[in-house]
Amino acid sequence: MIRILKYVAIDILKNKIVIAYTIMLALFSWSAFSLEDNSSKGLLTVLNIVLLTVPLVSVLFSTIYVYNSNEFIELLVSHPVKRSMIWKALFIGLSLSLVTAYVIGVGIPLLIFADWATGLIMILSGALLSVIFVAIAFLSCIVTRDKAKGIGVSIMLWLYFALLFDGLVLFLFFQFADYPIEKVVVFLSALSPIDLCRILILLRLDVSAMMGYTGAIFKNFFGNNIGLVFSFSLLALWIIVPFFFSLRKFKKKDL
Amino acid sequence: MNIKEGHRYRILWWVLVCITASGSNIWAAASWVGNDKPYRSIQAAVHASLRGDTVYITKGFYKEGNIIIDKPIAVIGIGKPVLDGELKHEILSVKADSVYIKGLQLQNCGRAVMNDQAAVKVYDSKNVVVEGNTLLDNFFGIYLQYSKHCIIKNNFVKATQEKEYQSGNGIHCWKSDSLQIIGNRILGHRDGIYFEFVTESVIWRNIAKNNLRYGLHFMFSHKNAYFTNYFKNNGAGVAVMFTKKVVMMNNTFEENWGDAAYGVLFKELSDCYLSGNKFYRNTTGIFFDGSSRITAERNLFAANGWGMRLQASCMDIVIAQNNFTGNTFDVATNGTLTLNKFYENYWDKYEGYDIDKDKVGDVPYHPLSLFSMIVEKNPPAMLLYRSFMVTLLDKSEKVLPSLTSDEFVDKKPSMIPYTL
Repeated sequence: MIRILKYVAIDILKNKIVIAYTIMLALFSWSAFSLEDNSSKGLLTVLNIVLLTVPLVSVLFSTIYVYNSNEFIELLVSHPVKRSMIWKALFIGLSLSLVTAYVIGVGIPLLIFADWATGLIMILSGALLSVIFVAIAFLSCIVTRDKAKGIGVSIMLWLYFALLFDGLVLFLFFQFADYPIEKVVVFLSALSPIDLCRILILLRLDVSAMMGYTGAIFKNFFGNNIGLVFSFSLLALWIIVPFFFSLRKFKKKDL
Repeated sequence: MNIKEGHRYRILWWVLVCITASGSNIWAAASWVGNDKPYRSIQAAVHASLRGDTVYITKGFYKEGNIIIDKPIAVIGIGKPVLDGELKHEILSVKADSVYIKGLQLQNCGRAVMNDQAAVKVYDSKNVVVEGNTLLDNFFGIYLQYSKHCIIKNNFVKATQEKEYQSGNGIHCWKSDSLQIIGNRILGHRDGIYFEFVTESVIWRNIAKNNLRYGLHFMFSHKNAYFTNYFKNNGAGVAVMFTKKVVMMNNTFEENWGDAAYGVLFKELSDCYLSGNKFYRNTTGIFFDGSSRITAERNLFAANGWGMRLQASCMDIVIAQNNFTGNTFDVATNGTLTLNKFYENYWDKYEGYDIDKDKVGDVPYHPLSLFSMIVEKNPPAMLLYRSFMVTLLDKSEKVLPSLTSDEFVDKKPSMIPYTL
């Protein structure tokens, strides 16, 4: 597995897209922090990068990469290696390179400019989001053999999690304004990894406002240590479940 | 001739002074209380002293129940003697004018809701001074009723009760006038400082921290001035109600967190002036409800959830030259009616430009965001804050205001923050 991982890593490096991605992220976040007069505004720009750009790049790059490695995968399958090893190596290689790009590009300015705890939470959630969207990309790759369709599914999923989901939740708020739906909302937010990350960061950035009416509920749930462990294990679940399904399918797939 | 006559008058004057002095008690006596001192009990010493005398209490532990001071004397502790109320008695009851109390440690006064027992209770008196005492675990700390011209200065007042109903107020004043409350520290009581019908008083340099309900709470207390006080992390912040002509300057309101916690809650106040105050990390910096004719200028609102909530029931409130930085929402309201004015404030969320370089933004600033209106009606929606959808909604509303009130506007936003 280590050897396959090495091949994948070298291949991604040769690709240069990940390097360009790193530089882009670094440019964005350094300029965000140095152009704004206070670091909290810079943080908001970085927050948008974490919540929108990182998932999009992760999901698109991984989908296209997996489709393009089809021949490589077929070649490997003909060798005496376990199928699951191939798939896992591919997944780990992609995740590692994207996470490294994110940590170098965004993590370093975050640690320099933002306060320690907030920076750490943002780095952690951005890294997890990268991996989650790699897993989602793997799932959409395996669902269909058609490349255009697969990429389409990936983009739709990103669109859903990044934009549509919030719209739906907002709609629910208005429809059920007369009911005590706070707890339902807490449950709902677990259904989108991007939302979960956003709330974790929100609890750090807007702590005063979150301590208000419903804040107490959210803060109690997400803010304390148990909540933090719970949220991060939910995010881990968002990695494991899609990847597990894709792995199961890959094992039985007729290449 | 003239000089001689002047001399004679001076002698006559001195004779008069001597006669009056020997008649009354102008050379005050001192009684000492302590284990090896003439008096063992404070009450006995007080009983024996005459007006103007001083009772010195030396270091020790005194359990004498209720001590009544009914003549103008000074009671001074040497080495912080402890007076314990055994959770049954009011400790010092002051029932005379011009009493001076200093350097005592008063603790464990009785808890009685019927007669509101306090460590020091002043009844209908004038010119009483309570200075430099330590008050620990009392029901009420210092309680003044029908009192005038009293000074409460540099006391340390701390309680450790856990529930509101078990605890009284740190400094409680009722129907009093011309008080000076200076440099006290009040921790862990129900309300730090509580005024009802207290007028023309000054409250200066006090610290009220970690109190169970309010740091400062007053009603019907007109014409008072609050300078350089510090209120932090009180259960519900500071709440002031039904009062006219209040001046608040250079106070700090910090970290009052919770749904019903406010940096300051202004309910039904009018003709007030706020300047140089700092509202830092509160859920709501100031909450104005039913208030009118209030000027707030050169205050700092930083890192609050809501910098200011201005209910539609307010009128003629002027918000000028304040700094709003790093608040989640700068301003929120609950209606469309706006009878208040904003001008020349610095808003860090302002995105306009200043072409003529006069340091005043050329485009008006609308401090009310659409999402703040949504959250006002639907608080759980707060969970969606900073999501792409919400940012999009807010931006489109900023470009084309349709739902938020058009009159909620600062036409001359400052481009640079004020130095406060």
